[in-house]
Amino acid sequence: MLHAILAIAGLALAFGLILGYSAQRFRVEGDPIADQIDSLLPQTQCGQCSYPGCRPYAEAIAAGEADINRCPPGGEPTVLALADLLGRDPKPLEAETREKAVAVIDEQTCIGCTLCIQACPVDAIVGAAKQMHTVIEEECTGCELCLEPCPVDCIFMVPLQQDIADWRWSQPEPSPIERPRRAGVDVTGKRQESA
Amino acid sequence: MQLHRFHGGLKLPDHKAESTAQPLLTMGVPKYLYVPLSQHIGAPTEPLVQPGDHVFKGQRISQAKDYICAHVHAPTSGRIKDIIDHPIPHPSCLSAPCIVIECDAHDQWGDSRMPAWPDWRERDARSLRERVRAAGIVGMGGAAFPTAAKLNPRAGKRIHTLVVNGAECEPYISCDDILMRSYPEAILEGARIVAHILGAERVLFAVEDNKPEALRALTEARRAEEADFIRLVSIPSIYPAGGERQLIQVLTGREVPSAGLPADLGIVCQNTGTLKAIRDAVLHGQPLISRIVTVTGPGIREPRNVEALIGTTFADLVAAAGGYAPGVDRLVMGGPMMGFAISDDTVPVIKGTNCLLATRPQDTTAPGPVMPCIRCGECTRVCPANLLPQQLYWFAKGKDFDSVQDYGLFDCIECGCCAHVCPSNIPLVQYYRFAKQEIWGREKERQKADLARERFEFRQLRQEREEREKTERLARKKAALAKKDTDQDTKTAIDGAIERARAKKSAQSNEEASPTDRERADG
Repeated sequence: MLHAILAIAGLALAFGLILGYSAQRFRVEGDPIADQIDSLLPQTQCGQCSYPGCRPYAEAIAAGEADINRCPPGGEPTVLALADLLGRDPKPLEAETREKAVAVIDEQTCIGCTLCIQACPVDAIVGAAKQMHTVIEEECTGCELCLEPCPVDCIFMVPLQQDIADWRWSQPEPSPIERPRRAGVDVTGKRQESA
Repeated sequence: MQLHRFHGGLKLPDHKAESTAQPLLTMGVPKYLYVPLSQHIGAPTEPLVQPGDHVFKGQRISQAKDYICAHVHAPTSGRIKDIIDHPIPHPSCLSAPCIVIECDAHDQWGDSRMPAWPDWRERDARSLRERVRAAGIVGMGGAAFPTAAKLNPRAGKRIHTLVVNGAECEPYISCDDILMRSYPEAILEGARIVAHILGAERVLFAVEDNKPEALRALTEARRAEEADFIRLVSIPSIYPAGGERQLIQVLTGREVPSAGLPADLGIVCQNTGTLKAIRDAVLHGQPLISRIVTVTGPGIREPRNVEALIGTTFADLVAAAGGYAPGVDRLVMGGPMMGFAISDDTVPVIKGTNCLLATRPQDTTAPGPVMPCIRCGECTRVCPANLLPQQLYWFAKGKDFDSVQDYGLFDCIECGCCAHVCPSNIPLVQYYRFAKQEIWGREKERQKADLARERFEFRQLRQEREEREKTERLARKKAALAKKDTDQDTKTAIDGAIERARAKKSAQSNEEASPTDRERADG
């Protein structure tokens, strides 16, 4: 009896020490799950998920505080990728996906106040105080964060023109037979009525 | 020569006789040419001309900026009317930038012709490749991959065989057939030049057995002493024997590895049209400014092959072939298997245009309704790439893009055999194209997201640094101010001390100086 208790206690102590040591020795800085989630997000930094940027949203998902369907710029593929990563069920998007667009500054109206430059999360606006500002189109993520601070409302979102380089084949329509039946239409009931 | 065969494939009615009945017609110079800036796989080119400029025939009007890119030359002399967005041959039916040339009908070269090199055997591979690049030559079988890049295999890859692709397996297309019949010497000379560039020991010239005239012309043109060097091979007409990988398998029995290139087997494959263009560039200093196009189909009055300048609109091309038959409702660029429908006939001929097919409603049977896959396995039986089209279809449909790649999606050559035999009329190839482009598109978006993340993180870092610098600056200022204060204190303290000392001193001197006063006071 005593031997058994001593053996178990000894083992528990040994494993406890090993675990305690490895927790210190192999400590991971940061949150690897949040990193993985962050790498799936589109990095528009738009805040449409109600978090101040993609990284905070990723951390909130990792902590279980936020749902995976709150990223409109990422759309359905992002929801599916997150569901796959986290082993959760995919859900339909909460908000509607906006058309991809870039910000364009009306250079005639711009007064050079630099407020939009401070608001841009990816430094995609160039300009200086009392000088005209302009958006670097390739760097703009279309987050719309620059629209609000502009005191003269001279920033517009211009939908991206589809050009040949971006054009993609669409997925073919499913055949009529495979199309899912509309909910609320009871096919069998009608047949019984008519019979 | 022992021939091999590839998996699957189809025996299709060839419909080539319609367009080969007439001899090759060289078209005159049309009024306007629409020359697209991007006619090849790779980066678009950058125009070198402005509206209003005069250009000579063969003058470089748009410059390649990248290695996988090809220069564009003026097909004839004239005035640059404009650089505008114009419909180009592309499955999207979208427009892309084109240089519009108002032709002056003089067709003058000026001094834009490159020096002729009849002594090309004395030149090294590098300068010949540079000539091919300067002539803007791309693969003319349809894929339009820049040829100079293809003639420069990766270091360490020794090329022993040049395969010349004269198979032309798609129904209706006969431009290579007519080219081989009309210019057999030129093609063979091109093959000699390319073999010289690559250091290849032999040339395998494959022609499908449904083109006996072409084979005879080539045999007559070949010099007797080079029968061992250039071997003319008649191969069975099985679609898609003209696919690069399939042709190599037929000729050598070896498979090009997945994600590899023919160069991995020591082979480079070139189309006959490309060889003729290379020969013209080297022997005559001519850039690639024209090509042979098959104008055919039941919707054309006199189907034939036309040698047309790059940028000629399809409308001009059809006019040269006797015009439309009544009731044409569909124009296809390329063959019936791999071609795509185009929106209208304002679209110009580009370097990769091999065929224009016009059909009427009664010529095509509308595909029946799309039915569910019954897993009959016909598609697997005919797939020339030895894939499982059915599995690819399920994964592409379910957007399972990892599995679809595991099943070799990128080995699919989109030949259309699977869709052709599918009893359920499933548009299989469109599913594969969709999946491929979705995968590329997501990769592009991921790169964009990475860039945005990098910039965002850098901005945060910068803001933190600025914040830190600001607090440091404030702290320094505060310290400086505090120091000034203490300085002031010390100064006042010293001043006070001096003042006090002075007062004391004066008081003492007063005491010593006037004792009488005190005495007086005492008294």
